[in-house]
Amino acid sequence: MDSTQRLSAVIEQHEASLLEGWLAAQEAHLPIRPGERVAERKTASAAFLHALRSGLVQNSPLDDLRHEGWSPLRALLTELSQDSAREGRSAVDAAQLYLTFLRPLSEQLLASCAREEFLPTLWDATRLIESIGLHITSVYQRARDDIIRRQQQEMLELSTPVIKVWDGILALPIIGTLDSARTQTVMENLLQRVVETGSDIAIIDITGVPTVDTLTAQHLLKTVTATRLMGGECIISGIRPQIAQTLVQLGVDLGDVLTRSTLAGALALALSRRRLTIAPVEGAQESVPREDAH
Amino acid sequence: MDRIPILRMGGFLLVTIQVDVHDQLANRLPEELTATIAETDARGVLIEISSLEMVDSFIGRVLGNIAEMSKLLSARTVLVGMTPAVAITLVELGISLPGVHTALDVDRGMAMLRELDSEDARFGEVAPAPAG
Repeated sequence: MDSTQRLSAVIEQHEASLLEGWLAAQEAHLPIRPGERVAERKTASAAFLHALRSGLVQNSPLDDLRHEGWSPLRALLTELSQDSAREGRSAVDAAQLYLTFLRPLSEQLLASCAREEFLPTLWDATRLIESIGLHITSVYQRARDDIIRRQQQEMLELSTPVIKVWDGILALPIIGTLDSARTQTVMENLLQRVVETGSDIAIIDITGVPTVDTLTAQHLLKTVTATRLMGGECIISGIRPQIAQTLVQLGVDLGDVLTRSTLAGALALALSRRRLTIAPVEGAQESVPREDAH
Repeated sequence: MDRIPILRMGGFLLVTIQVDVHDQLANRLPEELTATIAETDARGVLIEISSLEMVDSFIGRVLGNIAEMSKLLSARTVLVGMTPAVAITLVELGISLPGVHTALDVDRGMAMLRELDSEDARFGEVAPAPAG
């Protein structure tokens, strides 16, 4: 009999008491939280034991979870990890709950195995339980990475709106870092809208851009140049004092690109370039009275 | 007929580049254009490129050269109708066409040409085009 067969036999013969012992160990390590139900833990643990047994019965290698015989077990663990990732729960906790199985298992092995068989079997069982723990955390990691990537994509799409502020004047408030991927999106969006709306002035506001380095400045300049080539004109607004300092210190030359420190200033400039001005209505009061003023 | 037509409009010339030009055609254009500017005493050239889907650095250079040659002949050049795709390509190629005025469409291009022309008449010389 080898370790696999011994483990299989032990688990089969003592399933009920192993389950009970394991639930107790879980409770001791990670007490049930409000919102979690005991029945859920019990069902999950029983399902785990079942999957473990099915793998052992097929003589799956104890040191390779990728073996076919372990696929029901892997499927169970993957589902568990992905649920944790989706719900923002820690995979470490989940992994550790499974590691606590080693406690009732080792006690049972001590009781059931012959003296010289105990340690080798325990060692093999430990390696199996450890790879289960590692599998849980690696699946979790991958699920989190997928979520992050998806959120990044969404942010990219949401965060570069092109807004028409007046006839012939577009505004592009940029929030967040401007990397090359984003510049491409920003540039394509803006140029497309320039054509669609027939606007010849675009205000690129960088109030929401945390830092501007040489690369960011180059990206901005690319956008400005492309707009100019099409017959439009860009004004860069929202240049904070720190950014002005950084740009000069880095020796970045914005050439003859028009800049303003505020969007309001840029709008005033854009209007004047279109030969427009904002003037008070003649003979009006300070402000239009509200309709519900009684 | 395998040439790019050059139309006369008031004291200006209008060139529409309809298809993606191959090198031979592009080579002849500066020659024909400058000849026509001299012949007609044109004060400005409008080059319409909204049908141009692809450009390379060669076309970019040709356009830049045309602008410089025309300036020497006291005519301004305005490029109109560049598509976003072409603009992005030129920028990626590092081409900014510094000597060339640009406008969104023919209407604005003509308005720009007339304004530049009246500026020239006032100041008596061809005012500098925007830097790249």
